[in-house]
Amino acid sequence: MANATSTSGIISGRLDRKVLSDNFDDLHAPLGEHEALVAADRCYFCHDAPCMTACPTEIDIPLFVRQISTGTPEASAKTIFSQNILGGMCARVCPTETLCEQACVREIAEGKPVEIGRLQRFATDKLMAQSHQPFERAKPTGKSVAVVGAGPAGLACAHRLATFGHDVTVYEARQKGGGLNEFGIAAYKSVDGFAQRELDWLLSIGGITMAYGEALGDGLLLDSLKAEHDAVFLGMGLSGVNALRCEGEDLDNVVDAVSFIADLRQAEDLSRVEVGRNVVVIGGGMTAVDAAVQSKLLGAQDVALVYRRGKENMGASVYEQELATSKGVRIIYNAQPMKVARNGKALSVEFAYTKTKKGKLSRTGESFSLPADQVFKAIGQALLGAPEELAIDGGKITVDEHGRTSDALVWAGGDCASGGDDLTVTAVAEGRDAATSIHATL
Amino acid sequence: MADLTSNFLGITSPNPFWLASAPPTDKEYNVRRAFEAGWGGVVWKTLGEDGPPVVNVNGPRYGVVHGADRRVLGLNNIELITDRDLHQNLEEIKRVKADYPDRAIIVSLMVPCEEGAWKAILPLVEDTGADGIELNFGCPHGMAERGMGSAVGQVPEYIEMVTRWCKENYSKPVIVKLTPNITDIRKPAAAAMRGGADAVSLINTINSIVSVDLDIMAPEPTIDGKGTHGGYCGPAVKPIAMSMVSEIARDPETAGLPISGIGGITTWRDAAEYMALGCGNVQVCTAAMTYGFKIVQEMISGLSQWMDEKGHTAVSDFVGMAVPNVTDWQYLNLNYVTKAMISQDDCISCGRCFAACEDTSHQAVLMSEDRVFTVNDAECVACNLCVEVCPVENCITMVEQAPGTVDERTNKVVENEHGDWTTHPNNPGAVAAE
Ligand SMILES: Cc1cc2nc3c(=O)[nH]c(=O)nc-3n(C[C@H](O)[C@H](O)[C@H](O)COP(=O)(O)OP(=O)(O)OC[C@H]3O[C@@H](n4cnc5c(N)ncnc54)[C@H](O)[C@@H]3O)c2cc1C
Ligand SMILES: Cc1cc2nc3c(=O)[nH]c(=O)nc-3n(C[C@H](O)[C@H](O)[C@H](O)COP(=O)(O)O)c2cc1C
Ligand code: SF4
Ligand code: SF4
Ligand code: SF4
Repeated sequence: MANATSTSGIISGRLDRKVLSDNFDDLHAPLGEHEALVAADRCYFCHDAPCMTACPTEIDIPLFVRQISTGTPEASAKTIFSQNILGGMCARVCPTETLCEQACVREIAEGKPVEIGRLQRFATDKLMAQSHQPFERAKPTGKSVAVVGAGPAGLACAHRLATFGHDVTVYEARQKGGGLNEFGIAAYKSVDGFAQRELDWLLSIGGITMAYGEALGDGLLLDSLKAEHDAVFLGMGLSGVNALRCEGEDLDNVVDAVSFIADLRQAEDLSRVEVGRNVVVIGGGMTAVDAAVQSKLLGAQDVALVYRRGKENMGASVYEQELATSKGVRIIYNAQPMKVARNGKALSVEFAYTKTKKGKLSRTGESFSLPADQVFKAIGQALLGAPEELAIDGGKITVDEHGRTSDALVWAGGDCASGGDDLTVTAVAEGRDAATSIHATL
Repeated sequence: MADLTSNFLGITSPNPFWLASAPPTDKEYNVRRAFEAGWGGVVWKTLGEDGPPVVNVNGPRYGVVHGADRRVLGLNNIELITDRDLHQNLEEIKRVKADYPDRAIIVSLMVPCEEGAWKAILPLVEDTGADGIELNFGCPHGMAERGMGSAVGQVPEYIEMVTRWCKENYSKPVIVKLTPNITDIRKPAAAAMRGGADAVSLINTINSIVSVDLDIMAPEPTIDGKGTHGGYCGPAVKPIAMSMVSEIARDPETAGLPISGIGGITTWRDAAEYMALGCGNVQVCTAAMTYGFKIVQEMISGLSQWMDEKGHTAVSDFVGMAVPNVTDWQYLNLNYVTKAMISQDDCISCGRCFAACEDTSHQAVLMSEDRVFTVNDAECVACNLCVEVCPVENCITMVEQAPGTVDERTNKVVENEHGDWTTHPNNPGAVAAE
């Protein structure tokens, strides 16, 4: 084979197809029937279960796990979907180690929680394989709602509105739905085109019209949406990226981690995705970890993930950090980029060591530099294209606990809205709850 | 979703899941919580006669047989009937029934075996508006020593007599709850029927000592150094109870007598099995005491999913469906030949099948030097032991031998026709087939 991990430059085909397909296979293999029963058996069916409180969509975990143990995974899936219509995706991508499984009493007692995420996948996969969805539309109400963005927030909102019998039009800037489920989530968390399958399955409820290539702010105005529909929900996520604010940021091959990941997710053939021999990722969240891990899995020889604060402050969970290091990513804590410089064909990134005192970050005076063919920026996304007339809070659209914005006809949820963690499951919860609130006012 | 509405003796409830007479139904507070959680009905904790109520021990009442991971497999108790004032219970029953007209409330009773005692309490119960009564002839401890509970339930004549008194002095359905602490369950069931019972319910608890404290040398639960036998219930008793239910369902004398099934019911499947064996509804105690009232949600979702899958539209559709297939040993087809078969793809080479068959059965499992396990058809009697001890589900299966082929063990051709003990040549009393 011509190319290898040690080949210099930014090239594709560092690993052969077989290795690549193994590398990007399911991070957690699905549970088999027997494994699922054994795993389900460990649940104590706790009263007022802490796991359930820890799930942002408040899925009745003890009940769905019990329904698996009693041989009715379909009933189990209904329990899940009635709270979280994207329960299939959440089962794959939720950082369960900081959500339901962290709160599981068996995690606290033994350090070994009930495997809620994998069990959730077991049940939802079972029902989805039978293809029909367990919900029906109520009688059409004649009301119509505009949903902006076909990510988890928008889809959860649209589905819930459809069950109430309202007509929904989803305006999506891209040509494809799913939002970050399709373009952002790490490939090994959502294999075999799951995001699109889930989307089709979700839409099969009916009453939801998808309008692709329609971007709010780009030809589409909030006022006209308000005029055409009875209510508007904004679930447009964060399509901007924060700047590094350091010298050399505009050099070639200093790119957004999110767009690197989006390209990778859309690639038909992973052996054609280019990656550098030396990759430097700057950031500390899930995006940073995903960019670093996937670079490594594509065959980069040396991947460094550099974060400006300590391990405990990192947005990515300890589990995610360990995943990264287990794949061979080197994590450097307490270092901040000062400058990206050209170094022949490649780049060189200069970092300053930092320390944090009483929450304040300062440089220690020491520095080091790393060679890089590619530098991925993953220091957070920013809201782009929010209608100017809406109140904004900390860079996000201000909402109350029902998802209402400062405009009485407009709701918002998911990453673009204030409050909550930027997680798929949170977006689902907010989209769903906004739908309930919209329904109550229609 | 299937309609789970249940009609038992004309008493309707939104589902066939009732709570059995026991601590979960001892108070208004509990029963309201149960109804809110979704239970279709309750049998109120057994009431005794007017006057100073019974007293319970003040030390531990329960002992448990645990499975792996401390799963409750069997529960033993030495609790008596309600230790709360009769009138307070009656008032509560009346209030709850008024607030939950769609749920079933049955009042369990146990008073001395004298007509006057029954005549005194029945009008009070009638006044509550409850849907029926259940006669507790089952409690195996404490009350039995005072001539009540299983002391009555073990004497068919008493059952018949008391049932008759109740039918004469009470207008609504009378259910007789049977004790399993008896050799032939059909006798008390038939007696109840003769007395006019509308239904029987079974089982009450089984005499038991669950464990012995080897330091103080006393049975547990231990009260100040002593213990007594208690009543056993929970998943462990289900097989015993189901056999008793099936005996009543298929005996010509008692067939058709409505049955409320009790004993170890924990999941929708347990309930469906009891109902297939002839129970019009089921009652639950230990599962609720172990997991809380919410457990009924799984029973509801599971039963309705299964009914949908099978195309049953009402719970009455499948009641008793398995009864015709419960028969006596002598009618089992001796020409039905099966052999164990091990799936090499599934086998994990633990050797349990070998140990079981080699040490304790028929030496039909073969083990090679490299731990490949196979079945020797010439020795396999199809006992099923290996199937049951194998840790891998469906790894060993019983494969039916086609008629016309030779059974390698007996060297006989497998016959197509049914042939049982009644016609077998080895049976001295065999009748020649027509
Ligand atoms: C790389 C990466 C990895 C992640 N990994 C995880 C993970 O493992 N687990 C987890 O729980 N979370 C993860 N997240 C976070 C999670 O993906 C988001 O929190 C979630 O997708 C937010 O959903 P949303 O619907 O608010 O927005 P999005 O998913 O961003 O969807 C917004 C949609 O709106 C569309 N849109 C944007 N602007 C407009 C406009 N003006 N008009 C019309 N349409 C518009 C977009 O095209 C998009 O389809 C990750 C995020 C990233 C970036
Ligand atoms: C603590 C306890 C108290 C009980 N008290 C009564 C009672 O007062 N009257 C009665 O008829 N049965 C009583 N029972 C028996 C139950 O109603 C039921 O018949 C038995 O427990 C079997 O069902 P299960 O396996 O679901 O527990 C009691 C059982 C327990 C565990
Ligand atoms: S949705 Fe996510 S947080 Fe909620 S139970 Fe499922 S895996 Fe856990
Ligand atoms: S906390 Fe753990 S054991 Fe308890 S109900 Fe939840 S998953 Fe089950
Ligand atoms: S008991 Fe089952 S798994 Fe074990 S050796 Fe026998 S067939 Fe194989």
